[in-house]
Amino acid sequence: MGRAIIGRKIGMTQVFDGEGRVHPVTVIEAGPCYVVQKKHTATDGYEAIQVGFGTVDKRRISKPMAGHYAKANVGPSKHLREFRIESADAYELGQEIKVDQWSEGDLVDVTGISRGKGFSGPMRRWNFSRGPMSHGSHYHRGVGSLGATGPSRVFKGRKMAGRLGGARTTSLGLKVVKVDPERNLLMVRGSIPGANHGLVTVRDSVKAKA
Amino acid sequence: MNIIDTIEREQMRADLPDFGAGDTVRVHVRVVEGARERIQIFEGVVLGRSGSGLSESFTVRKISSGIGVERIFPVHSPKIDKVEVVRYGDVRKAKLYYLRGRVGRRARIREKRQA
Repeated sequence: MGRAIIGRKIGMTQVFDGEGRVHPVTVIEAGPCYVVQKKHTATDGYEAIQVGFGTVDKRRISKPMAGHYAKANVGPSKHLREFRIESADAYELGQEIKVDQWSEGDLVDVTGISRGKGFSGPMRRWNFSRGPMSHGSHYHRGVGSLGATGPSRVFKGRKMAGRLGGARTTSLGLKVVKVDPERNLLMVRGSIPGANHGLVTVRDSVKAKA
Repeated sequence: MNIIDTIEREQMRADLPDFGAGDTVRVHVRVVEGARERIQIFEGVVLGRSGSGLSESFTVRKISSGIGVERIFPVHSPKIDKVEVVRYGDVRKAKLYYLRGRVGRRARIREKRQA
């Protein structure tokens, strides 16, 4: 069953495990989320659940959206996200999703919007090598060759300077170090995309298996 | 209070004595050997404390059979059973890295006089 939840990145810290080892962890405040809509292959062409996270004043939402929430009998939520799952029948409309669906040792993927870094050069953006900074060199942090002269053009997809970050990014196969259902906290080992307080979604790891 | 602070404060321990650079300490370390757990003692001079909050650590230096050995402990590690202060040293620096280049009588540290 593909488990998933919406949360907010709180920040990084460290925790000691039972054996006294230190783990660098990112704290995610996730859920409680509510299933707002179920999508089925017969009606929508695919299986998914739509999940709401956070609360918003009911005066702030339009009447059509109010009706959408009323169908699931849940309050209006600030964020709505959809998760593709094998079968939406595994969930009930209005069902609460909390962090306690995971336990220590599970592997998850965390998706968020990475920090925007503005217009960045090829060294920072594509890990290009630097040229000599002295000895008469005028080639320092440039882009270098754009390709062969034969085609008389630059091929598409050439790595150059440009906007970096601010894109949807997924960190794969992070280990869940601690789950705190009382405070709705999830601690995963390592870093996750985005700035603190950024919206993230957590799902069961697609590639790595525990 | 913010969540990160709360999480860190929960893990911090208040049972350790107050010690710093120049003090001679006996660190009781929990060592797991197979299924058995025992206490190992590491005694030496504290070269300094580094970091703050939950991630704070301290370096202990001792001379073991003629060879200088340094070990870095996280202050709030559950692996530390207890820390005893054997001697309070009187030093003028926060970090005693200069001890690394000294041996014998030159590496001595004056004892702090009780006020």
